[in-house]
Amino acid sequence: MLTRGTVRVTIQHMVKNVVEVCDLVVRRGRVRAVDGLSCSIAPGVVTGLLGPSGCGKSTLIRAVVGVQVLTSGTVEVLGLPAGDRRLRHRVGYVTQAPSVYDDLTVAENLRFFGRVLGVPADEAERCLEAVDLAAVRDRVVDRLSGGQRSRVSLAVALLGSPELLVLDEPTVGLDPVLRRDLWAMFHALADAGAAVLVSSHVMDEAQRCDRLLLMRDGRLLASDTPGDLLARTGTRDVEAAFLAIVEHAQEPKEVTA
Amino acid sequence: MSPRITLAVAARVLTQLRRDRRTLAMLLVLPCLVLALLWWMFDAGGAPLAGGFDALGPPLLALIPFIVMFLVTSVTTLRERSSGTLERLLAMPTGKGDVLVGYALAFGAVATVQSALAVLLCWAVLGLAVSGPVWMLVVVAVADAVLGTALGLFVSAFARTEFQAVQFMPALVIPQILLCGLFLPRDAMPGVLGAISDVLPLSFAVDAMSGVSTAGGGAGLGGVAGSVWGDLAVVVAFVLAGLLLGAATLRRRTA
Repeated sequence: MLTRGTVRVTIQHMVKNVVEVCDLVVRRGRVRAVDGLSCSIAPGVVTGLLGPSGCGKSTLIRAVVGVQVLTSGTVEVLGLPAGDRRLRHRVGYVTQAPSVYDDLTVAENLRFFGRVLGVPADEAERCLEAVDLAAVRDRVVDRLSGGQRSRVSLAVALLGSPELLVLDEPTVGLDPVLRRDLWAMFHALADAGAAVLVSSHVMDEAQRCDRLLLMRDGRLLASDTPGDLLARTGTRDVEAAFLAIVEHAQEPKEVTA
Repeated sequence: MSPRITLAVAARVLTQLRRDRRTLAMLLVLPCLVLALLWWMFDAGGAPLAGGFDALGPPLLALIPFIVMFLVTSVTTLRERSSGTLERLLAMPTGKGDVLVGYALAFGAVATVQSALAVLLCWAVLGLAVSGPVWMLVVVAVADAVLGTALGLFVSAFARTEFQAVQFMPALVIPQILLCGLFLPRDAMPGVLGAISDVLPLSFAVDAMSGVSTAGGGAGLGGVAGSVWGDLAVVVAFVLAGLLLGAATLRRRTA
């Protein structure tokens, strides 16, 4: 007979993926924003969530972070239901629009969220440097450029080194050099063991990911490495692979089980 | 809820206010200007009219912090809801109580300074007759301000834009001003209106303030009439109810 402790150890051992989404349906108004989607996200890699605007990426991301009301299905993060109280220190989340206080300085924003999370004071400084904002630390966020603002929001998500980092379109409108640096940072975080989920509607960014989740109309088209995806579809870039999968799905075909 | 987070929220709100110098100046100076105007209208020209400043000053001392804090809070929290920072905070280890009490503490602190200035002006400069202890005027004013904050937090959940938030003022605040006894003694109102005014929070706020100035002291705790403590208790109960209702409108998960 298994004791309770053994069961817990066994379960923890079995949990390999950081995120497990199972048959997720999210209805927003009359639209099924996410329509029966299952996927998983592994630690130590950067997973790209790609698809056109309005395909349900943000809704899926909100479900993973635990701020979305689910219609049906389950989302588990680190072995707990998404949004569980115990996850609130362990998941970093960057929304599409920068969620920081415009009327505070960069440093004040980080200090405030750092106090909420209960992380040491020097953690704010580390995160500021990670997103290359140390030079504007005493500037009011209102006066920063759009790109700098989204980096403040990103820095807040880095506080306390979360095990899962979820970023909704973090590189939109950024300078190419900065974009490259940010992707390098995402990989560094993944190398340190975190699971990183990055959404984008720009297919070019697919090549920068270790794994891809392709989404369209609330459904998952593919879950693969970029290399395998191209090989399987016989295409040369992810945009073509996306089209190949969509066109293949639309061809009349025999009903399979 | 944790004291660390509650205080972090309160400190942050105060930092934001400190940065917005114009708002801060208006919060502190405007009530004094309005009260001075009232005194000028009624008392400066010789014989006091219609009971004069002594009758109208205390209700205004109760109304102004309530109105100002109601507006400021409903707009600020609406901004917090729509900018995504509230969602971010609630995805962190923040309790709903941390947000609500943090806001109440911050605006309560501003209200203390605001009310202290207004009371000092009325009592020391404009010669308002106060038969009870003067500090009690400040206590009641702060309770009224926090009442405005609590209601503002609650109604901000029902507004999508700042325009809508401001419209809650004529919807929820002006009827209370009409029925609080400032324009017509509450017992002289038509029966139904009198009964309604008996359950509105602002009526108790105004009664408490007028009570300190007219009912005299001595009788109750701290030299304050018992009826004033009773009215104040009702105001505090409304504050708690407002905060609880406000907590119900803060959602970690949204559709």
